[in-house]
Amino acid sequence: MQTVVVQNQPPQASSSESVITARGVIRQYGEGDTAVQALRGVSVDIARGKLTAVMGPSGSGKSTLMHILAGLDRPTEGRVEIAGTEITDLDDTALTLLRRDHIGFIFQFFNLLPMLTAAENIVLPQKLAGVKVDSAWLEELTAKVGLTDRLTHRPSELSGGQQQRVAVARALVSRPSVMFADEPTGNLDSTTSGEILALLRDSVDTFGQTTVMVTHDAHAAEIADRVLFLADGEIVRDLPRCSAHKILETLEEVTRG
Amino acid sequence: MIGVALKGLASRKLRALLTAFAVVIGVSMISGTYILTDTMQKAFDGIFESSYAETDAVISGKQIVEGSTSGSATVPASLLAKVKSLPEVGAAGGTLAADEANKSEIIGHDGKVIGGAGGAPTFGLGHDAQNEQFNPLELKSGDWPQGDKQVVVDAGSAEKGDLAVGQTIKVDTLGATKEYEITGIATFGDVDSLGGATMAIFDMPTAQALLHKEGAYDGISIQAKEGTSPAQLVKAVEPLVPSSLQVVDAKAQAEADAKETNDGMAFIRYFFLGFGAIALFVGSFVIFNTLSITVAQRTREFATLRTLGASRKQVMRSVYIEGLAIGLLASVVGLIAGFGIYKGLDALFVALGADLPKTGTVLATRTIIVSLLVGTGVTLLASILPARRATRVPPIAAVREGAELPQSRVASHSAKLAVGLIAASLAAICAGIFAGVSTLGVVVLLGGGILALFFGVAMAAPTMVKPLARLVGWPGRRTGGISGELATANAVRNPSRTASTAAALMIGLTLVTVVAVLGAGLRSSVEGAVTDQVKAGYVLNSPDDVSFGAAEGDAVAAVDGVTAVSHVRTDTALVDGEESDLTGIDPKTIDHFYAFDWVNGDDRTVPSMGIDDALVAKAYADDHDVKVGSELEIVSASGDKRTVTVRGVYDPPAIDQMLGMVSITQQAYDESFPQGKNRFTFLDAEPGSEQALMAAAKPFSDATLYTGAEFPREYTSGFADFLNLLYVMLAFSVVVSLFGMVNTLVLSVFERTRELGMLRTIGMTRRQARRMIRHESVITALIGAALGLPLGILLSALVTQALSQYDVSMSIPVGMLAAFTIVAVIAGILAAILPARRASRLDVLDALHYE
Repeated sequence: MQTVVVQNQPPQASSSESVITARGVIRQYGEGDTAVQALRGVSVDIARGKLTAVMGPSGSGKSTLMHILAGLDRPTEGRVEIAGTEITDLDDTALTLLRRDHIGFIFQFFNLLPMLTAAENIVLPQKLAGVKVDSAWLEELTAKVGLTDRLTHRPSELSGGQQQRVAVARALVSRPSVMFADEPTGNLDSTTSGEILALLRDSVDTFGQTTVMVTHDAHAAEIADRVLFLADGEIVRDLPRCSAHKILETLEEVTRG
Repeated sequence: MIGVALKGLASRKLRALLTAFAVVIGVSMISGTYILTDTMQKAFDGIFESSYAETDAVISGKQIVEGSTSGSATVPASLLAKVKSLPEVGAAGGTLAADEANKSEIIGHDGKVIGGAGGAPTFGLGHDAQNEQFNPLELKSGDWPQGDKQVVVDAGSAEKGDLAVGQTIKVDTLGATKEYEITGIATFGDVDSLGGATMAIFDMPTAQALLHKEGAYDGISIQAKEGTSPAQLVKAVEPLVPSSLQVVDAKAQAEADAKETNDGMAFIRYFFLGFGAIALFVGSFVIFNTLSITVAQRTREFATLRTLGASRKQVMRSVYIEGLAIGLLASVVGLIAGFGIYKGLDALFVALGADLPKTGTVLATRTIIVSLLVGTGVTLLASILPARRATRVPPIAAVREGAELPQSRVASHSAKLAVGLIAASLAAICAGIFAGVSTLGVVVLLGGGILALFFGVAMAAPTMVKPLARLVGWPGRRTGGISGELATANAVRNPSRTASTAAALMIGLTLVTVVAVLGAGLRSSVEGAVTDQVKAGYVLNSPDDVSFGAAEGDAVAAVDGVTAVSHVRTDTALVDGEESDLTGIDPKTIDHFYAFDWVNGDDRTVPSMGIDDALVAKAYADDHDVKVGSELEIVSASGDKRTVTVRGVYDPPAIDQMLGMVSITQQAYDESFPQGKNRFTFLDAEPGSEQALMAAAKPFSDATLYTGAEFPREYTSGFADFLNLLYVMLAFSVVVSLFGMVNTLVLSVFERTRELGMLRTIGMTRRQARRMIRHESVITALIGAALGLPLGILLSALVTQALSQYDVSMSIPVGMLAAFTIVAVIAGILAAILPARRASRLDVLDALHYE
C-alpha cells in the first residue's frame, strides 16, 4: 500500500488560530555520504487551545519534530514561528526568553530538581524569570493537580505519578502559549497514566492550554483533538480525535508502509 | 538562582564539606602563620619598648663589624662620671649588654649547662642597683643580687633546670666556674625566656670582674633632666664621647635593635606563608576537579533549568554561588583552624630549642581579611572553568539520556596548548636559574615558571593516563583479580578526570622530590668537601657551626693521649673595609689536618707564616684582585687594627670552605680578638683515648666532639633537620590532594551507581567491589607519583646544573624516592576507604533503578 503523504493545511489557516507554524522543516544530521535526514520537509500548524498528539514508530522523527517546534533544536532548513516570532535565526538569549514566556515542558523522566520541594519546583520558572508568583493561581493549580498536601515534599518522597503532577503544575504555572509533553506517561503505570492524561485534557478544557504531546501510547493519543502520524521524517496521516483502536490501526499502517 | 544553588549545596553536604576542606588547610596555614608572627612581633615590640622605656640616650661602642661575635669597644667608667656631671643629665648608669661576648653558662643540678641549645645564647649581665629605671628585667620572685656570691637567673632557666630562690648553683663565666646562691628569678618584661636565651645576673661590680670588664661597661644609659629633649641630651654628651664610641638617642637605638628581629620575623613569616600558598594551590586544583565533575553529573539538571527559561548567565551564576559558598565556609573554618596551626608551629619551635616570646595571642584584622579573601578568591578562581562549562549544557540535554557536554573550543587544542605551556615554563625556569637577573626576577621567573609547568603537565596528563595506568595498574591486575582489571579499565575511562586528580598529588610529590634530591646532592657535596679538606681523628665543633669558647678547645686538647691538635679561631672582621670571615690558624699544626689546595704556595708556606702574614682563598683573591705580596688591613669588632701581607693563595671547595676567606696566624688573631672563639679544634689521639676525650667534651653546651669518621655526616645534620622541616610543611599539601582523591572517588562511585548495581547482580561480592575502588585509588595516586617524581628530578637537575660552579653533585636518594612512592600508595588506600565502603554498601535493587 502506498504511503499517502498529506501536506497538512488546517481549514482556517489564519495564523491567529495557530500558535506554532512550521514550513518545510528539514533536519539533517551529518554531512555528505553519511548524512541522515530525521525530518524531510515537514509543514504543520499547531492550533490554539487544542491538544495535538504526534505519533510514529521509532526513527520516525517525532521527537526531533517536537524539539524543533519547542525551540530546543534548530532545523537545517525551513522556518518555524512560535507565538508570532520566527525562531530560526534567534540567538540563544532570545530563545531563552521565548522559552520563559511562551513554552512549558513535561518530560518522560519528570526532570524535577531533587533538592527542591514540590512547591519550589512548581514556581521555579517564575523565580527564574523574576516574576512574582500569583498565589491565588498557584492554589488553583495545585488543587487542580491534586497536590495540595504534598507541596512540602521532595521528589524522592513522591511517587512517579505525583512527580509528574508536579511537572505538569510547573509547566502550567506561567500559563505558556504552548506546552510540550515528551512521552509524559512513558514512566508510569496504566492507572497513573490515566490520571496524568486526564489532567492534561483538563488543562486544555479548563485553561485553554495549547498542548503538543509526543507519544507512542495509543491510549495517550486518544485524548488528543488531533493526531499527527510521522514516518521516515514526514507527516503521513492527520486524524481528528479518534479511538485508541483506530489509532493503533493507523500506527500499524504507517509502520508497515 | 541563589536559592537553587544553595539548596543544591545543602543536599550534597558531604561533597560540599570534602570540597571545602581542600581550601581549609591552606587558609589555616596562612592564618596560623600570621597569628604566630603577629604574636611574636608584639612580644618583641613590648620587649624593646620596655628596654628603653626610661632611657633617652645611649652611649655604646661603635658597631664596626655587624656579624661579629666579639663585643665592640667598651666604655670606660671614667666617662660615666663625666656624663653624670652634665647639667642636661638627670641620671646615668653603666650597663653590660646582652651580647654574645658576655658568655655566662648556668650549670644545672645535673651538671649540664641549662639552655644554649640550637645556638641560643647564654648571657651574663650586671644589675645596677642605683639605676633601677634602666633595668629591662623584672623580678618575678626574690631580690636582686648583692656581692660576688649571689646571682639572679631568668625564669625560663629556672623552669628548665628546676631552680629556686635559695639554691646554690654553679655558673661558668668565660671559662671560670664559681658557686652562687640564687637570690631571685627575673623575667624580661612579660616574657619568661627570650627565645631560649639564658641569663645570669650578678651585681654590677661582680659582673664586670667576671666578664673581664673591670672599670668598663658595654654602654651607658642616660636619662635626661626634666625639660631636656633627647636631641639636646645627645648634643650635650657628644663632645665627651671618644671616636671609638657613639651616643645615640634611645629611640634610634631601640629601632636598630628591633630591625634585626623584624627582618628575622619577616623571613619566618614569608617562609611559612609560602607553604600555605602551595597548599592553597593544590586546593584550587582539587576544587576545580570536584566542581568539574559535579557540573558534568548535573547536566540534566542544568538542561532542565535552561528549558524552564534559565539563561546561560543564571546557570553560570549558580555554579559561582556554589563556589562562593564553599569558599566562604572554608575560609571561616580555616581562620579558626589557624589557631591550631599556630599552636603546632609554636610547639615546633620549642622542639627546635627556640621557644619564642609570646604574650597575648594576636588576631589582627588583616589576618581575618586575608584569610577570607584568599580562601574565597582561590575557590572562585577554581570555579571559573566549571561555571563556563555549565553554560554549555544545551536545553536538549534535558530530554536525552547520557548527554555529553559539547567540548569547548579550547579542549580540542589542549594538547598543543599543554606542550606550549610546558615549553614556556621550562624556558622561564631556566631563565630564572641561569640568567643573571635580580633576586625578584629569579623569584618571579622560577615561581611563575614552576606554576605554569604544573598547569602544563596537568593539561598534558590526560594523554599519559592510559599508558601510565596500564603501567602502575600492573601489580593490581596480577594480584587483584577481576577487581584489579576493572580498576585499570575504570581509571582510563575518563582520562581528564583521572589526570586532574592525580595532578593534585603530583604537585606535592614533585616538591618533596626536589627537596630530597637537592638535599641529598647538597649534603653529599658538602660531605665530600669536608673529606677533601680535613683529615682528623677527632673534631670539636659546635653543632650549629656557631663558634665555641677557645678554652673548651684547650680543655679537650689537654686530655691524655692526644698526639696532635690544631685550633681554628673564627670571627667576622673588616678586611680592607669589607666584612669578611677571618680565621686564626696555627701555622705549626694546621698542615697536619688541613689539606691546602695551593694556587700560589706550597708545603713551606704555612709553617713559615709569621704574625704579619695571611692566607686568602682563591675566590677572595679573584674578587678583590689580591695576590701574594698584597697587603690587607684588618679591623676587629673592638676597633683593633692590623696590617697583614698575603703569603699564599689556596683553592678550597666552593660549596663549603672550612677556613675563612682570609686566615691569619693564631698569635696575631689572639691579639686582636682577646675573647678567642674557635670554629674547630682538630685532634689526633692514641687508640683508646676516645672515652676520655668524650668525657672532657661532655659538659660543653656549645661544642660537641665527633670522631673523624662521623664528622662529615654530622657536620650536615643541621641541614637534614631543615629538610625534615620542609617535608613536614609539604605534607600539608599532600593531605589536601588526599581530599581531592576522596572527593573524586566518591563522586565517581555515585555516578556509577547503576553500573555497580549491575556488577553486584551478576556476581561481584562486596569485597571485590571495595577492592576495585581501592585499586582505582591507588592507580590514580601512582599516576601522580609517576608524574611527580620525574618532574622533581628534572627540576633538581636544572638547579644542580645552575650550582655547578659550587661543585654540587647530583645525588638521587633512591631510598627516599621509594618511600615517596609508598606514601603515594598509602595515600591511595586511605583515600579509598570511604568511597569503597559506599560502593560495597549499595543496595543492589535501588541501584538498578537509579537514573
